Amino acid sequence: MKTITKQKSLDEIERQLAGLDRVFIVGCGTCTTVTKTGGIDQVLEMKERLEQMDKWVSGWTVIPTACDEVTQADVKEYGQTIKDAGCVLAMTCALGVHRLNLYVDRPVMPALDTMFIGVEETPGRFREACGQCGHCVLGETAGVCPVVSCHKGLMNGPCGGTNYGKCEVDKEMDCAWALIHERLQAQGRLPLMRMYQPPRNHQVVPRPRATRIS
Amino acid sequence: MPSRLKEALDSGNFVVTSEVAPPKGTNLDTFVHHIDLLKDKVDGLNVTDHQSSVMRYPSLGGCLLINEHGGEPILQMTCRDRNRMGLEADLLLASSRGINNVLCLTGDSVPVGDHKEAAGVFDLDSVQLLRTVRLLESGLDLGGNQLDGPVEFCAGAIVTPEAHPLEPQLFKFEKKVDAGAEFFQTQAIYDLDNFANFMDFARQYPVRILAGIVLLSSAKMAQYMNNNVPGIFVPQPLIDELAKAVAGDAPKGAGLAKGIEIAGRMIREIRDNALCDGVHIMAIGKEEVVPQILAAAGFEALEPALE
Ligand code: SF4
Ligand code: SF4
Repeated sequence: MKTITKQKSLDEIERQLAGLDRVFIVGCGTCTTVTKTGGIDQVLEMKERLEQMDKWVSGWTVIPTACDEVTQADVKEYGQTIKDAGCVLAMTCALGVHRLNLYVDRPVMPALDTMFIGVEETPGRFREACGQCGHCVLGETAGVCPVVSCHKGLMNGPCGGTNYGKCEVDKEMDCAWALIHERLQAQGRLPLMRMYQPPRNHQVVPRPRATRIS
Repeated sequence: MPSRLKEALDSGNFVVTSEVAPPKGTNLDTFVHHIDLLKDKVDGLNVTDHQSSVMRYPSLGGCLLINEHGGEPILQMTCRDRNRMGLEADLLLASSRGINNVLCLTGDSVPVGDHKEAAGVFDLDSVQLLRTVRLLESGLDLGGNQLDGPVEFCAGAIVTPEAHPLEPQLFKFEKKVDAGAEFFQTQAIYDLDNFANFMDFARQYPVRILAGIVLLSSAKMAQYMNNNVPGIFVPQPLIDELAKAVAGDAPKGAGLAKGIEIAGRMIREIRDNALCDGVHIMAIGKEEVVPQILAAAGFEALEPALE
């Protein structure tokens, strides 16, 4: 399971950095290294780009797992270099940005857009697996999530756009309901296709979501 | 006031519905012209709801216009643009203003349309929307609250008989029947043998089926639909027939004339062989020629004697 990210346009990065000429870059050794959006190579490339924008890069690091507590120790180690910079540019997912914000007293700017939590299906191809909807129906849909795997999040079967196993929005994308049907059939549980799913509860945990584990 | 469409569906007569698309903007002239042209020739007129996810004048407004002009509106309602509160409220408005028919749809996906960054709502799906209609009829809303005055609708849905794979689609058809659909308008069908097979299945259920007839205007259009529109299959002989019609020095408009002839022929075959309970004619931008399709199908008798 990885957090899937995509680099923002250089225009947007430059806009975020307006008035901030000294930058410290943070990459991440986990998800963004796998997705090639925040590993060492991308951090070094970003350093060059920033220098072309006439920014001064005071330093950089790639934290093993930026969303984790180890970030605190790393930030401490680079304390002075970060202080010398006016801001931190995070080539991590948004969770890393949040983590950095806990320990850094400089503005932290995301260089990436965080898109979804995905599994690697085939090398290099990631698919969203779960949207943390708060009420899991995987037991009745043969392990295929209709909330995120169906483009429209349909709970009661395929729309008319189902297309030889693919979805109407993209010929490369599987139709979730064709998959659910196929897998229920293989499990000998086809009658579940006839089962009515009521409207979803969008307020299982109202936003901002929080919980206490006792 | 009871639904005139419902009366037609219950009468056992062959039912004909068609549809009109509201404009993008506030100029309603062409739209009203289409309403006036068709309202007395059909048993009901669908008003499309931002079809293909292209923002337009709303379906509800279009249905009110049809009522003002003495036609029988069928409110198309998709789940793409409103959450359950918006959908329920619009059903209250429709019912209170004499719109007695609703067609419950999922809706096309947002990225196929002209507002590609919009949120696709899909708070409900088409099955849940049908159940919501029935719930509001019972005097309750989805929050479990009492309504001061319930709604009343003849509720319909759609089905795609040429979907691949078909079986999941048939399960959904059954769910829509369970949810209270009284009639179905199908996605375009062109292969009547395939359609007859579908009807063998559909006839088990106490619902009326109106076969979807989409006007073909050229071989190119037919080919395009085969390649790009999921759930539509135009058999090769029909494509050849359309291509032949415009070969050589055929007059301008020969393709469209052939399409009208094909549509009329199909409708006649469906009716003569009692394949299903009626047809739903979609001319998609060529509403002008719907009367010609009806004439080609042998429906002159329906036209008012004096116009
Ligand atoms: S239904 Fe889908 S989104 Fe919801 S918890 Fe299960 S996998 Fe996650
Ligand atoms: S084609 Fe399948 S996956 Fe795509 S929106 Fe329709 S039901 Fe969902």
